[in-house]
Amino acid sequence: MVFWRRTLPLLLTFILGVTFTLQYYVPHPASEALLSEVSVWNQIIAGFAILLGVGSLLTTHYAKISRKEAGWGYSAVMFVSMFVMLGAGIWSGGKTEGTSFGWLYDYVFVALQGTMFSLLAFFVASAAYRAFRARTPEATVLLLAAILVMWGRVPLGEYFVSGIGQVAQWIMSVPNTAAQRGILIGVSLGGIATSIKIICGIERSYLGEGKE
Amino acid sequence: MRGTLESFSLVGWAEATLKPSHLFFITFLFVSLISCLAGAQDLLDSRTLVVEAFDTPGDAGNSIDLRWTLKRIPVAIPYMPKWPPPDRIGGTPDTPASSYRILVSGQQDGESKQVAEIPANTHYETDITRPWWVWGKRRNYVHFFQIKSNSDFQLANGTPYFFKIVLTDEQRIIESPVVSATPQANSFNWAKLNNLILMLAFGAVVLFSIRRARSNPNIFLRRIPGLDAVEEAVGRATEMGKPVLYLTGSGELGGSGDPSNLATIAATVILGDVAKRTAAYGAELKVPHRSSIVMAVSQEIVKESYFAAGRPDSYKEESNFFITGDQFAYTAAVDGIILRERPAANFFLGYYYAEALLLAETGASTGAIQIAGTDAEHQLPFFITTCDYTLIGEELYAASAYLSREPVLVGTLRGQDIGKGFLLAIMVLGAILVTVGEISSVPWFRLLLQFFSDIK
Repeated sequence: MVFWRRTLPLLLTFILGVTFTLQYYVPHPASEALLSEVSVWNQIIAGFAILLGVGSLLTTHYAKISRKEAGWGYSAVMFVSMFVMLGAGIWSGGKTEGTSFGWLYDYVFVALQGTMFSLLAFFVASAAYRAFRARTPEATVLLLAAILVMWGRVPLGEYFVSGIGQVAQWIMSVPNTAAQRGILIGVSLGGIATSIKIICGIERSYLGEGKE
Repeated sequence: MRGTLESFSLVGWAEATLKPSHLFFITFLFVSLISCLAGAQDLLDSRTLVVEAFDTPGDAGNSIDLRWTLKRIPVAIPYMPKWPPPDRIGGTPDTPASSYRILVSGQQDGESKQVAEIPANTHYETDITRPWWVWGKRRNYVHFFQIKSNSDFQLANGTPYFFKIVLTDEQRIIESPVVSATPQANSFNWAKLNNLILMLAFGAVVLFSIRRARSNPNIFLRRIPGLDAVEEAVGRATEMGKPVLYLTGSGELGGSGDPSNLATIAATVILGDVAKRTAAYGAELKVPHRSSIVMAVSQEIVKESYFAAGRPDSYKEESNFFITGDQFAYTAAVDGIILRERPAANFFLGYYYAEALLLAETGASTGAIQIAGTDAEHQLPFFITTCDYTLIGEELYAASAYLSREPVLVGTLRGQDIGKGFLLAIMVLGAILVTVGEISSVPWFRLLLQFFSDIK
């Protein structure tokens, strides 16, 4: 039992981790083919995992409806939407051109996605308002930088204050880029260290157990 | 007479006879004569194209590199110095008006096909970005061109091909001799040698730090307020009788080089610690997922945490549940949960895309305590403005060590710090080299800078 639950996954992690680390340095077509093959395995595993996901979705919402939990009506809407879309897909043979499935996708699903995405504009405004209230020295610096960048990025800004565009560009390409690179270096080293821990079996909590 | 000859001096005669205008005229005549002779030699010299074809080093094959130069073959003129040296381009034809045509054939005497035509003053070795240990010296008078397989022309590995360069300008057409090369698939990309050495060195430092941490577990860790606040957030949710919402992000565990993989693993690791606290306090935990694989892993982690906390009876299988793989449908569903159930604590950890602000801003509007952590640098500003605490970049990876205080895990943080110190030193050195090189215009500063640039 320990072998199947702990030893084998750790062994596989080590072998595959080392193999695909070295694969990065080997340009031979055989190496590329190996990577492509494993990518196909990933897709197959993801395909089976969808069954897990759909099972979880149905179980969760069925339980809500059967227990008449608060908001169970939304779960009913989910069931209706899911089976209508599924039925339309099967009825249309998976084709989208001029079919009910394509119509539902183009005029319901895409429209809903667009609605969610467009909410970002309003959320950016409210988040910016909260961030720019200048209650602390850091927020004040943020506010000043934001004002300069916004002024520098619109034609009217350059019309009123000559050279503001260059100031905005300097803020973006010097302090902003320096901070981003600092984060990137930390992330890269942290990523390598985490990978080493996982490949060597030092970090194993993702397997659902404690550390070494 | 003798007396006259003995007293004759050329300098004295010149001073007495020649005027400054005469001296200028003689100098002008001398320079003109030399120029005419040099020009005559330039016209008389013939030129030939010297071409070399070879397999592109460190690639999967299907490509050939060509380098060539126009070489002068000098005609000997008595007493005429050979300048410029014959191995350099003399009387350079490298103007935009002239061009090089590159011809390829499958047989030595077969019909050639033109694969490229380039202006003669472009494509030099100095344009090559490969490091010096792969290419060596890059000369500004040697041309370089890489021929790759494309939809029009295929280079098969193991098959010899024949190449010819033709220089065309207003005055002449010069053809090179035919050269051949065979594309091969290589077993190691030498251009990545620096990367391999640095990775092995950094790996050795991390493993050494872990070994040291075992013998000396008292390693200082700076405070990370976002992780200290985990206890407070779970406690607050328990007091209010509201659930704790934990998101593992939009990342996958696909393992195919996806940058979100590591952040997702880090998020699931922190989930284990959060689940232990919710189990201990008796708070409700809700973990909606975008990926069913991450959901399966998280279910196992949460179950183990409840067992480890001694509360297996409190574990609910449905605390981890799948919503959908679609980005905005998932966001709408989670926003709905936040607005309907009003969790007292929201955790946004892992990798996020455009949904970051939609989720965090909705959470902020409910007054929940919010802790975020991501290495997606473009989403960090949104989390910083909408959440109470944000783990920035590497802090996400450090969370496991910070929360557990396991010496072995803490040791890796020391290894990372050594790596950062090394990179910082290299960056400071590089900045000094650039600055001093620009001020002094000394070439070896640039060479040193190129060395560091290749090493990176």
